[in-house]
Amino acid sequence: MVKVLLWGSLRQAADGLTEVEVDAGTFKALLDRLAEAYPGLEPQIRRGVSLSLNGVIYREAWFTEIPPDAEVVLMPYMTGG
Amino acid sequence: MAFDEYQKREFKQVGKRVRRPDGVDKVTGRAMYGADATAPGMLWARILRSPHAHARIRSIDTSAAMALKGVRAVLTGADLPDQEDVFIRDVQNNCMAKDKVLYDGHAVAAVAAVDIATAKAALKLIKVDYEILPHVTDVDKAMAPGAPVVLDGRSLESVPAGMSANVTEHAEFGHGDLGAGFAKADMVLERSYKTPTAHQGYIEPHAALASVTSDGKAELWCCTQGQFYVRTLCAAIMGMEASQLRVTASEIGGGFGGKTTVFIEPVALALARKAGRPVKLVMNRDEVFRATGPTVHSSMDVKIGMTKDGRITAAEAKLRYSGGAFPSGTHSFGAQAAFAAYDLAAVRSYSWNVLTNRPKEAAYRAPGAPQAIYAVEATIDELCQHFGLDPLDVRLKNAARKGTKSSYGPTFPDIGLVATLEAAKAHPHYSAPLEPGQGRGISCGFWFNFGGNSCVSLNINTDGTVGVTEGNPDIGGSRASISLMAAEELGIDYDRVRTIVADTSSLGYNDVTDGSRVTFAVGLATIKAARDAVRVMCERAAKIWGIDADAVEWKDGAAVPAGPNAGKFPPMTLAEIAAVSFETGGPIAGHHEVNVDGAGVSFGVHIVDIEVDKETGATKVLRYTVFQDAGKAVHPSYVEGQMQGGAVQGIGWALNEEYIYGEDGRLQNPTFLDYRVPVASDLPMIDTVILEIPNPGHPYGVRGVGETGIVPPLAAITNAVCRSAGVRMHELPMSPPRVLKALSA
Amino acid sequence: MKSIPVSTTINGDPYEFLCAPDETLLDVLRNRLGLTGAKEGCGTGDCGACSVTLNGRLVCSCLVLGAEAGGAEITTIEGMADGDELHPLQRHFIDGAALQCGVCTPGILVAAKALLDKNPDPTDEELRYWLAGNLCRCTGYDKIIRAVQAAAAEMRGA
Ligand code: FES
Ligand code: FES
Repeated sequence: MVKVLLWGSLRQAADGLTEVEVDAGTFKALLDRLAEAYPGLEPQIRRGVSLSLNGVIYREAWFTEIPPDAEVVLMPYMTGG
Repeated sequence: MAFDEYQKREFKQVGKRVRRPDGVDKVTGRAMYGADATAPGMLWARILRSPHAHARIRSIDTSAAMALKGVRAVLTGADLPDQEDVFIRDVQNNCMAKDKVLYDGHAVAAVAAVDIATAKAALKLIKVDYEILPHVTDVDKAMAPGAPVVLDGRSLESVPAGMSANVTEHAEFGHGDLGAGFAKADMVLERSYKTPTAHQGYIEPHAALASVTSDGKAELWCCTQGQFYVRTLCAAIMGMEASQLRVTASEIGGGFGGKTTVFIEPVALALARKAGRPVKLVMNRDEVFRATGPTVHSSMDVKIGMTKDGRITAAEAKLRYSGGAFPSGTHSFGAQAAFAAYDLAAVRSYSWNVLTNRPKEAAYRAPGAPQAIYAVEATIDELCQHFGLDPLDVRLKNAARKGTKSSYGPTFPDIGLVATLEAAKAHPHYSAPLEPGQGRGISCGFWFNFGGNSCVSLNINTDGTVGVTEGNPDIGGSRASISLMAAEELGIDYDRVRTIVADTSSLGYNDVTDGSRVTFAVGLATIKAARDAVRVMCERAAKIWGIDADAVEWKDGAAVPAGPNAGKFPPMTLAEIAAVSFETGGPIAGHHEVNVDGAGVSFGVHIVDIEVDKETGATKVLRYTVFQDAGKAVHPSYVEGQMQGGAVQGIGWALNEEYIYGEDGRLQNPTFLDYRVPVASDLPMIDTVILEIPNPGHPYGVRGVGETGIVPPLAAITNAVCRSAGVRMHELPMSPPRVLKALSA
Repeated sequence: MKSIPVSTTINGDPYEFLCAPDETLLDVLRNRLGLTGAKEGCGTGDCGACSVTLNGRLVCSCLVLGAEAGGAEITTIEGMADGDELHPLQRHFIDGAALQCGVCTPGILVAAKALLDKNPDPTDEELRYWLAGNLCRCTGYDKIIRAVQAAAAEMRGA
């Protein structure tokens, strides 16, 4: 199981939780599981999210493997100037 | 993707202050910028813009314009398709209004004619019947119940029920128990701040030259930070296939984020298609200010609790950003960046995006971060003053470091904030005495940095030189940095490598030049492409020597037999292998295509000395030093240049730059005379101290450097003004009239 | 409107062109003569990107009419180098990384040369005030000031 930290405003879409657990070995699986378990998160996931894995931010990268005990944080999709 | 871990190494090329490949063209006037291209049979286009902040378009009569001799095409929103995708629809409507104009300067029609004078005359003949609607340009007013609604039905599910329809997005970040944290503080300070809309202010206005043939093939030349993204947007708007639209990025005269989307490019293409001739469309400065992306305009509340020895016990920020007339996500970067510099047990930031009748915001250096960090750093400074604490010591005491759970969620890997603060503290600037009346301010700054999609193709020429093809417009010397990294990896001299920027038909997709990504991500792809070419060269040497390819390694620009069993052969240099490449299997090239991750965040600290003239309210910047963690500085001069340029843009924002709207909702200062960017005589030298804390996610340790520099000046100067003039300002810019008003209050 | 025939000298070469009475010298240079080194950053005299000299005087070519060029001597960025030999200002701008995007560079070089022609040894302050009409949004001016001073020193033989 991977613990995923959500940002605060997603809480309402995740039964009031800011940390949820899903069973996933890659980013893609993680996003799919999240959308299944919490359909309220789906629109945001579709619009785009970044993921931080042990402090490093990833923008896409479906097949990034999530090692056991990794810290995974969902973040808004990042763009810049 | 497992990213390439940083490895310590001795650099031979990287770190040299080499001459850039486009230097001579740019100092002789030969370089081709957006407006410098022409095409045979070319028409000139002009755009008609709304004089109203908010109005319904009842009708547009273009018949008189069409009838004018020399006019070859007229375009209105009705000529463009109805888009299903909301995002594309917004982009298209921003380029050419359909039913409503949403801000002063919004495009309503365009004309292509044989010359500029005819095009201008034709604009005067277009009759637009407007039904003027109530407007709102202030973020707080737009958020209030009953405010005029800019666009209805655009609120995302994250927006709490009951808010104004202008609120399109909401985000919240943070952790810990705020109540408990504030209870532990010796003082809790609450302050509100406002920042104006600022413009990126690139000196080159947007320009495009488009040609569409009757068989549907199109060419577009334009100044952009991302020709591939321009292709994506234009193809969607025009209903074209990507392969039929070739976009070439001209030399670019500044962007800073403002050239990461389209404004006139689809209009030029649509006119060219209608007219059946090439069309050149160049904005003037008035149009740049009124209708291209400025920054968000913000209103913010910050609450920070501190103990008397300077420990922050809890912190909270509420950020109301307006990204103009269309939805924008920039607020969430502000909310994530606000407290990134600090190790906090209890922290929360809330943000909202609010629609107003202003031009749609476009990214500007570290989009969203300068505003939020300004409010936080000014509040912390006020607490330092209250407790009589040294502002750098307080930052050091609370600084985020490796292992800190950041305010936006992730735990930080290796970061350079503490080293940057320590460098600032040890620097002679910080201890230099000040004259009476002068004030010194400091502030931290932060930006995330990105990686992104990058393609590089690297060709080994038979004469032993190397051509690198990449896909990102070079905004501040990146071709030189890319060449340096290719040379480093190949073990040859910089002068033997030439890097060019490809059009969209010559290379795979590249993300726009944004997020300070190019030196980091394209650099990484370049290193990988070079390694790919090295692999081929080792194979060729192995064939020539009749040994196994794994028995050959690459050292100092040559293939050498590896280990005692490989046999004894003299090294074969790159040039020697290249010279016989046709005989050994054909041309040699390497390439790499990747979506890079693993960008490293970048922190900066600025120290500024200023003096406020109490008679005039004018602030003179006397001394300025920028400290920034750049990771490995590939070309130190251009790293310094980014730090200096960013700092000066921040100085302008702090002291003078602002969009001023009249009661009628029209922009009152769309000229460089009235929107005052810093000039040479406003400024001292901008000293720089580069810290090179390697980014673990890049083989050479490169981070991005382009954006952090604009963040600290806003608060650093606010804090210095307070120490010089004794007044604490809570609104930018601190222009002379505003400072005078504060002084007399 | 009737076009006006104009004869002038640009960078030492004779030029003849027709222009509209209200057409700026900048538009003539760029659109009629193919001299696109001067840039239009504002068209209102506020940015200096269009700087040229007219009879030795530094002007914003966006504020001069093409017709005013009749019989005049004009120099533009295209005339600064001597063939292949860069002017010391040009060389120091490259060596000192005094340009990032480079769009302000032609105007700044022309303006800086006009100053050094009159005052070969300006103070930093004189230089900063002289260049106050030339906006650069990229560099923060630091490296521009240094490059001009380095070129001035070289030209003085220092
Ligand atoms: S274009 Fe002439 S001064 Fe700006
Ligand atoms: S180098 Fe870009 S404006 Fe000066």
